[in-house]
Amino acid sequence: MGGGGGRGGEPVAICRLKRVASDLRDDIRPFLPDIPEEKNGKRIACVGAGAASLTVANDLMPLGYEVTIFEKLAAPGGLMWTNIPEFRLPAKVLWEEIEYITDMGVDLRLNSPVDSLAALLEEDYDAVFIGSGAPKGKELNLPGRWDSEQVHIGIDWLESVRFGHVESCGDRVLVIGVGNTAMDCCRTAQRLGASDVKVMARKTKPHFKASPWELEDAIEEQVEILENHSPSKFIVEDGQVKGMVFDLVSWHEGEGGRLKAEVHDSKVIECDEVILAIGQDTAFPWIERDIGIDFNNWDMPIVDKTTFMTSRTGVFMGGDAAWGPENIIWAVEHGHQAAISIHAYCHGESLTDRPAEGMNLVSQKMGLHEWTYSNDYDEAERVKMRHVDLQERFKRLDIEVEEGFDIEQSLTEVERCLNCDAQTHFETDLCIECDACIDICPLDCLTITHNGPEEELTGRLTAPLLNPEEPLFISEDLPQTGRIMVKDEDLCIHCGLCAERCPTAAWDMRKSDLLIPYAGLDAGEVHPGMSIMDLAGAGAR
Amino acid sequence: MTHIAKPRIHHPGLARNRLGLTRRDYEGPMSTLCAGCGHDSITAAIIEAFWELEIAPHQVAKMSGIGCSGKTPTYFLKEAHGFNGVHGRMPAVTTGAHAANHELVCIGVSGDGDSLSIGLGQFAHAMRRNIDMLYIIENNGVYGLTKGQFSASADYGTKAKRGEVNREHPIDPVLLALNLGASFVARSFSGDKAQLVPIIKGGLRHQGFAMVDIISPCVTFNDHRGSTKSYEYTRDHYNELVQADFVPPAQEITASYEAGDVRTVTMHDGSRMRFRKVPEDYDPQDRDQVYAYIRDRQRAGEIATGLLYLEEVPPDGEGTHFHGIQGTVDEPLVNYPFEELCPGAEALEELQRRFR
Ligand SMILES: Cc1cc2nc3c(=O)[nH]c(=O)nc-3n(C[C@H](O)[C@H](O)[C@H](O)COP(=O)(O)OP(=O)(O)OC[C@H]3O[C@@H](n4cnc5c(N)ncnc54)[C@H](O)[C@@H]3O)c2cc1C
Ligand SMILES: Cc1ncc(C[n+]2csc(CCOP(=O)(O)OP(=O)(O)O)c2C)c(N)n1
Ligand code: SF4
Ligand code: SF4
Ligand code: SF4
Ligand SMILES: [Mg+2]
Repeated sequence: MGGGGGRGGEPVAICRLKRVASDLRDDIRPFLPDIPEEKNGKRIACVGAGAASLTVANDLMPLGYEVTIFEKLAAPGGLMWTNIPEFRLPAKVLWEEIEYITDMGVDLRLNSPVDSLAALLEEDYDAVFIGSGAPKGKELNLPGRWDSEQVHIGIDWLESVRFGHVESCGDRVLVIGVGNTAMDCCRTAQRLGASDVKVMARKTKPHFKASPWELEDAIEEQVEILENHSPSKFIVEDGQVKGMVFDLVSWHEGEGGRLKAEVHDSKVIECDEVILAIGQDTAFPWIERDIGIDFNNWDMPIVDKTTFMTSRTGVFMGGDAAWGPENIIWAVEHGHQAAISIHAYCHGESLTDRPAEGMNLVSQKMGLHEWTYSNDYDEAERVKMRHVDLQERFKRLDIEVEEGFDIEQSLTEVERCLNCDAQTHFETDLCIECDACIDICPLDCLTITHNGPEEELTGRLTAPLLNPEEPLFISEDLPQTGRIMVKDEDLCIHCGLCAERCPTAAWDMRKSDLLIPYAGLDAGEVHPGMSIMDLAGAGAR
Repeated sequence: MTHIAKPRIHHPGLARNRLGLTRRDYEGPMSTLCAGCGHDSITAAIIEAFWELEIAPHQVAKMSGIGCSGKTPTYFLKEAHGFNGVHGRMPAVTTGAHAANHELVCIGVSGDGDSLSIGLGQFAHAMRRNIDMLYIIENNGVYGLTKGQFSASADYGTKAKRGEVNREHPIDPVLLALNLGASFVARSFSGDKAQLVPIIKGGLRHQGFAMVDIISPCVTFNDHRGSTKSYEYTRDHYNELVQADFVPPAQEITASYEAGDVRTVTMHDGSRMRFRKVPEDYDPQDRDQVYAYIRDRQRAGEIATGLLYLEEVPPDGEGTHFHGIQGTVDEPLVNYPFEELCPGAEALEELQRRFR
């Protein structure tokens, strides 16, 4: 789908609108699936209580499984708890959502690191899921790295802040790296009292790994981001960092299109503290290498991308642990897929015959002039999120910066939607060529004309083609004149007026839902005793 | 009522005319006619024509009587003047408006019932007086608004939705107009905008009465098998007899167009109608020949369409239209102060004395 209406612009802020729904929710517990009292006799062990393992438990508990989660730390949540700062993800929200899952009767064992997978496999479990994340922050082995205690690994430092082991930091802080972890580190440093925080980037902005919105939020908080600074050594005096030396570089395309750095100069930047945020690795010191789990050359376990099973049957893996750091959504998706596999595995069924995704297409007409969705389209810019005042937000670590949308903002943002799920659907045989759809279309994206070669045809459209990449919809020959109906999908805003003004329902607006299967449930199916409306209402899936 | 609104967004490349207006600026509110009604398509053609002619909406008077067709002026040129008169009386009201202010561009939209049944007398006299207006008949063969009774244009033998057969002969507005001296006579089809838009433009620029009969299927009451005014029947019996282009005054006509059997008629404001694809034995400026020709095609079961007849007074010629015949002053009457238009009882007495 192109810009819709032929314009660019940012997509609808779905994440923010989901938050509105969440902010305004009532008690959702009545909508959650019932957990069978009588268990199915299958016992599953999960390593780590992060998003991936919690999802496995969420999907298997309603099916009668007994799920045990072993967590090294004193609380569940994984990086969502230890690393994502509270000014972005309030603990209250996190606990509530984790509780929906643990309250299903999960046997959650905190402070219980798994030191040996071999030992775990000895125990009486039908399957094991490994969701232990990617817990090792990458090192920067430059001269001076080990000479001071004021040089930290970003994810460890954030965890120390969370647990109260670190309550302040130096005045001038350098954050090395410009990914999302770096953004959380620099903003946390600001809140711990730093007054001069610099994020040091080796490359230029287009190459920054951090999401644009995280960069924006950091810049709003007056963090300075310096491009083309490649660290070369730490300056440490008497165990105290005094600064770092950087090569000033520029980048050129070398052989094979790879960027190569050219050093022009070097520069000392003074500081009191350095935080390294240049990536994460997985680490499996607790997995013995002789128990049938194969590792590749980079010491990563080999995991099947479809079944999420390791080379040892019955041992599954997902989340950051499987292929390195991603994000929460991916960890959750891995959990869903692994749960499907575990369910099949425990029932002796094939893991590779995955339940198919479904798709439906349902007319949205409810009656005369009535459609199930709001057809209006507001050309407004994406609504800006309100943020807590700059002075105010630095007072404590746990002041959530984003305030959420109010009703007015939500309504505006919702009307920016191009209703891409409501598709125009054409039934050639029904068309009487009355021109009503052509006349009403606000974007002039419809044409009835005689057939012809595509390049010549595009010259005969009601309105000029703006995006030649997007293929035109071309109907069969129309019954009365043998001409064709052409639609330029790129322009369509799915307002439904063509269908509204069509006398024969040749044009109809049909909503397509992607139906996703879950463990024990076919696409579109829900747990016994629940209705689709329950699910839609609860947003449980 | 319509609950669904037309979003204001439009195609980013939507053109503006010299007044700085887009085609969308010539629209009105959303139509409340039945979806698929031919009348709505004619509305779209009218919008296109006014936009292309670059006529400022406030300089237009849009007039109508009663019927679904009578409702349509609401749906175009929302900034224009308008009068929705009594059933069949639109010609009289337009005559009055035009008499008072000949600078307004008058467009009347009527139905086959409005013009050929209750309003036939008014329609006939407006043509006889050659009122300077574009008169559109949205012809669907039925009284749409009152639920589909046969109108006076229903063909002999055509069937109503429930199967009744019409046993009365129709009045053909084209033959009637040729008979009564209309100076611009055309027939078209709501489903053929390529033909319709230039005809509407020509009709608006023509000085005198321009009658355009437009087959405009009523999807609700007259679009079934057995109807002779359905989309399908019209297409099956369609014969585009004459093709006419509208050429605005400033535009050059290139030599290649002038070649062959192309005939160009210049209108009083310098714009021209260019006739193409005219049959050899057909002269769109010979009233008697056109009359005979159309009647023949009708007997052959064809619906002859196009700008069928045009009699244009040359720009420097004597006017035969309403104001020319009446010999009124050039200045529109509305521009005169009331005292001058109505000089009082004494002046009246003085005038009457002169006739005694
Ligand atoms: C600073 C930072 C900010 C981020 N911000 C976002 C964001 O805004 N949005 C987003 O979507 N993602 C974000 N991410 C990424 C996201 O947090 C992770 O991708 C996601 O949490 C991975 O989930 P997981 O379940 O695979 O692993 P984790 O969340 O890492 O959970 C693994 C759990 O396993 C436990 N564990 C490990 N080894 C053992 C063992 N041997 N025995 C027992 N327990 C063990 C760990 O203690 C941990 O609790 C961020 C990451 C970081 C570092
Ligand atoms: C004086 C008077 N007589 C009768 C009517 C009832 N009436 C309303 S519309 C109509 C006929 C309309 O037919 P037509 O002009 O063909 O318009 P259409 O609805 O088909 O467009 C009639 C008879 C009326 N409104 N006023
Ligand atoms: S939904 Fe129909 S009327 Fe609306 S923009 Fe798309 S094609 Fe045009
Ligand atoms: S409105 Fe419906 S019947 Fe009319 S031309 Fe469009 S698709 Fe065909
Ligand atoms: S009744 Fe017939 S003429 Fe009237 S709006 Fe409906 S389709 Fe058009
Ligand atoms: Mg009628």
